[in-house]
Amino acid sequence: MAIRVNLITGRTIQQGVSMEAGKEKPAYTTACGIIELDPADFKKLGAFRNTNVRVTSKYGSVIVKAVEATQGPHPGVAYIPMGPWANMVVNPNTYSTGMPTFKGTPVEVEVAKNEPVLGSLELVRKGCRGELA
Amino acid sequence: MTRTVTDVICPFCGTLCDDLEVVVSDDGKELLEVYNACAIGAEKFLHSQAKDRITRPRMRQEDGSWKEISYDEAIEYTARMLTDAKKPLMYGWSSTNCEAQAVGSEIGEVVGAVMDNTATVCHGTSLIAVQDIGIPSCTLGEVKNRADRILFWGCNPAHAHPRHMSRYSIFPRGFFTGKGHTGRKVIVVDPRPTDTASVADVHLQVEQGRDYELLNAFRVAFKGEQLPDVVAGIPKEKIYEAAETLKSGRFVIIFFGMGVTQSLGKNHNIDEAIAVTRDLNEYTKAAIMPMRGHYNVTGSGQVWGWLFGFPYAVDLSRGFARYNPGETTSNDLLRRDEVDAVFVLGSDPGAHFPFSSVKKIYDRPSVAIDPHETPTTEVCKVHVPVAFVGVEVGGCAYRMDNVPIETRKVVEPPEGMMTDEEFLKHVLARVKEIQGE
Repeated sequence: MAIRVNLITGRTIQQGVSMEAGKEKPAYTTACGIIELDPADFKKLGAFRNTNVRVTSKYGSVIVKAVEATQGPHPGVAYIPMGPWANMVVNPNTYSTGMPTFKGTPVEVEVAKNEPVLGSLELVRKGCRGELA
Repeated sequence: MTRTVTDVICPFCGTLCDDLEVVVSDDGKELLEVYNACAIGAEKFLHSQAKDRITRPRMRQEDGSWKEISYDEAIEYTARMLTDAKKPLMYGWSSTNCEAQAVGSEIGEVVGAVMDNTATVCHGTSLIAVQDIGIPSCTLGEVKNRADRILFWGCNPAHAHPRHMSRYSIFPRGFFTGKGHTGRKVIVVDPRPTDTASVADVHLQVEQGRDYELLNAFRVAFKGEQLPDVVAGIPKEKIYEAAETLKSGRFVIIFFGMGVTQSLGKNHNIDEAIAVTRDLNEYTKAAIMPMRGHYNVTGSGQVWGWLFGFPYAVDLSRGFARYNPGETTSNDLLRRDEVDAVFVLGSDPGAHFPFSSVKKIYDRPSVAIDPHETPTTEVCKVHVPVAFVGVEVGGCAYRMDNVPIETRKVVEPPEGMMTDEEFLKHVLARVKEIQGE
């Protein structure tokens, strides 16, 4: 079962703290390798909280952990903190402004229980070498 | 014995808090405690003491492993890479001091590089808007002392600028704002009920990407003209009410963030936000300010402003400064394969650029100058660790309201480590030598 949501990205305080503590550390993955979903969207997805999911857009795909949004409710809107996980799926088009479209990418979310959330360095490395599924 | 360094400047965000107190060991080598900083700022200081910190330059081997190299080798590689390239991209510049930015700019000029800073994925579109229609702005001191109407549009300072609200915008008592937050009305416009929205008087939960409509609706409401029943998901009564709140203030400040700069509409959203500010000045005093992210992204815009006339995306490859966002901006250059080498200093495009651009950095000769191990260092061929600016070396930085503040050195860097400025000076000297050959 997959749901379609509008993805926005941005800062969270956990993203900031873990980024400064070292992007190679597991805490960074815990803070940013997530997608915040509204309770209503969790219901539609038919998944438990803290389940790994695959997020797919026209531009790419990534595995992250689905968590309940702390700053909600916002049905239909999903949130991945800024970082390499979000950047796997955001719309890179700048439409002649220089600015990629980091907010407002339509994405599909589906349960991927058994697939792991990669650490930031591994994600980028594997992505560059074309080793991601 | 320990000693306490006072009035330390925090090198995390554009708020550039200047009241930190840091406890260091007597020999000045170890940093023990950080007071007054937010969670992120404190982490930045403490992380400089990490035991696993990389202190020597390293080069990526064929098999993917790292080999330690000397600073001289790193300088040689960087200088050769930049002089061999037809059109190198020199990106970053927001987490270093203005002194290093100035040296870097000279290198860019000599090698004919494209110079771009993190505004390109942050407030670049704001800068386009400012060049389109100008900006009525003020300092954060004026906000603290005068502002009684605070509008946060598409920004979440509770998470991104954690002390902004307590130092300048919502809670402090100022000269004319003695009642602190009780004398202020706070409006937050955001598609999510954020933690910032939870401390506001009014939250307008705008539909994502419909900021332009809502801004335009405010301009209609100021004039008392007719609105449709619902605009951008907000009932018209709430818009009229918020417009009245703003008009009735003595000093209105609009802070805006990535919600408007990174959503579709981009620079046009900010055009309209500035127009809202201008309209408000018919009724009261109003100002608008971008919430700048990196502590010295504003400074790099300043340095290039006075050197080249443009604040970001400066293309020096033809021997004079050209500026054309959409063409000379990092992501567009990378997407179109228009640069043949990438130099990164003081930022992390590996983590913060769309992946398609990161892959392009990986495919090219590349150098990353960064105290941390990051996704950028992971994709670059050479990684040069340097001293932390604002922690292990001082230097000038510009706050989000364009006020320059001298950051302070608190502790000694690990032995034998270079600063950004020193490394760049060596590269510049070597580049000139190579070009003279």
